[in-house]
Amino acid sequence: MSATGIGAAVRRKEDHRFVTGMGHYTDDINRPGQAYAYFIRSPHAHATIKSIDAKAASTMAGVLAVLTGAELAADKIGNLICGWMIHSKDGSPMKMAPHPALASGKACYVGDPVAVVIAQTLAQARDAAEKVKIDYGVLPAVSDPAAAQKRDAPRIHDVAPHNTIYQWHLGDAKAVEAAFKAAKHVTKLDLVNNRLVPNAMEPRAAIGEYDTGSGAFTLWNTTQNPHVARLVIAAFVGMAPEHKLRVIAPDVGGGFGSKIFIYPEEVVALWAAKRVGRPVKWVSERSEAFIADAHGRDHVTHAEMAFDADGKIIGLRAKTIANLGAYMSTFSSSVPTYLYATLLSGQYAIPQIYCEVDAVYTNTVPVDAYRGAGRPEATFVVERLVEIGARELGKDPADLRHKNFIRSFPHQTPVIMTYDTGDYDASLKKAMELADYKGFAKRKRESARHGKLRGIGLSTYIEACGIAPSQAVGSLGAGVGLWESAEVRVNPTGSVEVLTGSHAHGQGHETTFAQLVSDRLGIPIENISVVHGDTDKVQFGMGTYGSRSAAVGMSALAKALDKIEAKAKKVASHMLEAAEADIEFKDGKFSVAGTDKSAAWGDVTLNAYIAHKFSGQELEPGLKEGAFYDPTNFTFPAGCHICEVEVDPQTGNTEIVAWTAVDDFGVLINPMIVEGQVHGGIVQGVGQALYERAVYDKDGQLVTGSFMDYCMPRADHLPVLKVETTLTKCPSNPLGIKGCGEAGAIAAPAAVINAITDAIGTEAIAMPATPAAVWTALQTSGRSMPHAA
Amino acid sequence: MAAVSLTVNGKSVTADVDPRTLLVQLLREHLRLTGTHVGCDTSQCGACVVLVNGKAVKSCTVLALQLEGADVLSIEGLAPADGPLHPMQEAFRENHGLQCGYCTPGMILTAVDMVRRKGHELDDHTIREELEGNLCRCTGYHNIVKAIAAGARAMGSGAAKRAAE
Repeated sequence: MSATGIGAAVRRKEDHRFVTGMGHYTDDINRPGQAYAYFIRSPHAHATIKSIDAKAASTMAGVLAVLTGAELAADKIGNLICGWMIHSKDGSPMKMAPHPALASGKACYVGDPVAVVIAQTLAQARDAAEKVKIDYGVLPAVSDPAAAQKRDAPRIHDVAPHNTIYQWHLGDAKAVEAAFKAAKHVTKLDLVNNRLVPNAMEPRAAIGEYDTGSGAFTLWNTTQNPHVARLVIAAFVGMAPEHKLRVIAPDVGGGFGSKIFIYPEEVVALWAAKRVGRPVKWVSERSEAFIADAHGRDHVTHAEMAFDADGKIIGLRAKTIANLGAYMSTFSSSVPTYLYATLLSGQYAIPQIYCEVDAVYTNTVPVDAYRGAGRPEATFVVERLVEIGARELGKDPADLRHKNFIRSFPHQTPVIMTYDTGDYDASLKKAMELADYKGFAKRKRESARHGKLRGIGLSTYIEACGIAPSQAVGSLGAGVGLWESAEVRVNPTGSVEVLTGSHAHGQGHETTFAQLVSDRLGIPIENISVVHGDTDKVQFGMGTYGSRSAAVGMSALAKALDKIEAKAKKVASHMLEAAEADIEFKDGKFSVAGTDKSAAWGDVTLNAYIAHKFSGQELEPGLKEGAFYDPTNFTFPAGCHICEVEVDPQTGNTEIVAWTAVDDFGVLINPMIVEGQVHGGIVQGVGQALYERAVYDKDGQLVTGSFMDYCMPRADHLPVLKVETTLTKCPSNPLGIKGCGEAGAIAAPAAVINAITDAIGTEAIAMPATPAAVWTALQTSGRSMPHAA
Repeated sequence: MAAVSLTVNGKSVTADVDPRTLLVQLLREHLRLTGTHVGCDTSQCGACVVLVNGKAVKSCTVLALQLEGADVLSIEGLAPADGPLHPMQEAFRENHGLQCGYCTPGMILTAVDMVRRKGHELDDHTIREELEGNLCRCTGYHNIVKAIAAGARAMGSGAAKRAAE
């Protein structure tokens, strides 16, 4: 392994600009003559828009325009879409309500953009916004997903009776019924997977610009997938033909899924730019983000696990109501279906699984993928059932898992996924050793002596990542393929530019992708640059989410590098006057087998472009190759996280005293970056388990509307995290990579809640397990005093 | 509009501003120093931290007009443009204390202020407590804490060397 190749903890190339404040985030960019947009958003969860009077506002200082849904429709701007078709059990398609970028006729959630003010300065836009008079006809609202389907619930969209978007299922209901009939023991669980606000530290932003002379638009946007944004805004929203729209995602400050989707604001920024003849910039405020960015999770689930007399799991069934909010966001339909139910086998050989999912509209912010997207929800169901099952059966939770692990691969689950490879025993064993699982009883007694309740919780998770094989997802309703692209441009002087369809918003691709190139071509990492995020520079790519950039993006790069190597060898063979088959390439040097004739990388690359040593008819000049890589399967990272907590029964406060993570991500490109991804994911998962919840009142008002009321994890909430890995190589891509970005967020919530329920001796606790919630659970269960083991 | 004169990163600056202008807006919009970031609107996140007269201040929570005569240091002023990185910046890079980089300028300046107040030997507990006013969504804080401990020590060894000369 070289110092800058695969497996090396190379320090990041992109860091220099970030630690010196020289990054270029979207709000750092200013276009000549730019004007500013301020959105007027509905203060009501559900209301008709009777009239909008912008007369006074329009005449205020600096105001260029006040625009509404009426102007949008008159200009024939199309609606936003959900790009994944899901069918109900009865075969009917999902009920996708029209979603214009500015509300038309009625507002459906607090935050629904109703109008926009464009002015010379942001202050002028905000001042004018206050003078826009909107007459609303307030309607009853529903925010709870279970209540949304009731007969007396207000109907939000004409297309969806009972606010039901689809009623989907997966698995063999009859076979599962039979399994449960034969069961010796059934564990039941009712749970809520709490609604979260992603809150990347950089708020969303968009700058739209229109060049009248060429009829071309440019959009600077905080997007995780500029080409997808371009395709949707061109082909579906109809803003411009695709080749007349350039989308640039500069430095982006975190995404976690929330910046995948195509939102109203970028559509409006482009449209307004053309109307007012000036670039238009919009930057979200944080409390605006709370009501404008897609939220995550929000499932209500009843789940059951059937065991035989030996503690083997013989069946699992679940019924979930998934709240998708007021409109269907870009990938919303897929998250509680094909990204959720397909992981309900967990790491276990469960022969029969059946899952029903009802997706509903409510008068809340639209819900879509957020780190883990469906897999944290699945893991929470499975890992809570297994842990509770173990307690009910009087078995050690680690032993019960061990008894049920899948050990033979490939393993076809009853829920579509075929796991390719894994060693769940290895990660469980290593995690238990590192966490000193055996010594827990002693630590528990010690804690009790200090008046504290100590608990330990496991989470043996699995995820489907490296999203995804195009035909497979196409057959499941995806409107897009999920391959990835890479182009390698070798310059005459030997430096290399990688143009990748992947996008980095914290993942360090400028370093990791360069490591792969350095490893393969044997050239210094300083001579490699990685370009992403600009649709004018980079050919179509699907972007970054679903832990796919290494597994899919780098596989595309590997294929392109194969082609580069092949072509370079051809050039070298001409230079060295040898047969192509005799050319060997190692550590940046081309040599003729069995001789001491060689040519350095830089000489070969120069020759490729000077083209003196070969005939242009035989061999094209230049050294540039591209590749599109379509995965043959999902990848299946998996592992074991162990959380140890101390609960103070007097205050209900939970302190996480230890965290052990052992993950199998296949081959690692940069272990330092992988560890960082696990850290971040764990803390987001802990956030869900202990601190975070987007709360709506019965009128659909978002009560947790800013960082004042929505508790974000802070540095003093966590101990030092022990993070290690095991390795089974992924067999389905050339690099053996499984991916790691979401693992922590997927594993963590179950580990935390398993630990807390172990500590307090009752299962009746919901996320977030705040001090108030834990204290109440203790009081209610009557177990307010610590008991010695 | 009202005038304010102050020093920013060692340079004298005079600006005519709308009285509502926040210090962060003065830096980002008037002076085009975009390294200081806005991450929230309730003074919680710390992405906007700069040093005012040597002390960490959230520039989103102070009006530009309050800075008359003040000495402001933003992230751009921490190290010379083409020179070596400040030891705290170097420590963040060395310890992978950043991912998307958005909270990083605020974290680094908070850390520099932390060292001024708490010294060069900062333990885990102290650093984590002192970061209560800084949010990060990417790193889980783990490597930020490592970076600050390392940066604090590096800042100390530099000073000790200079004192000895």
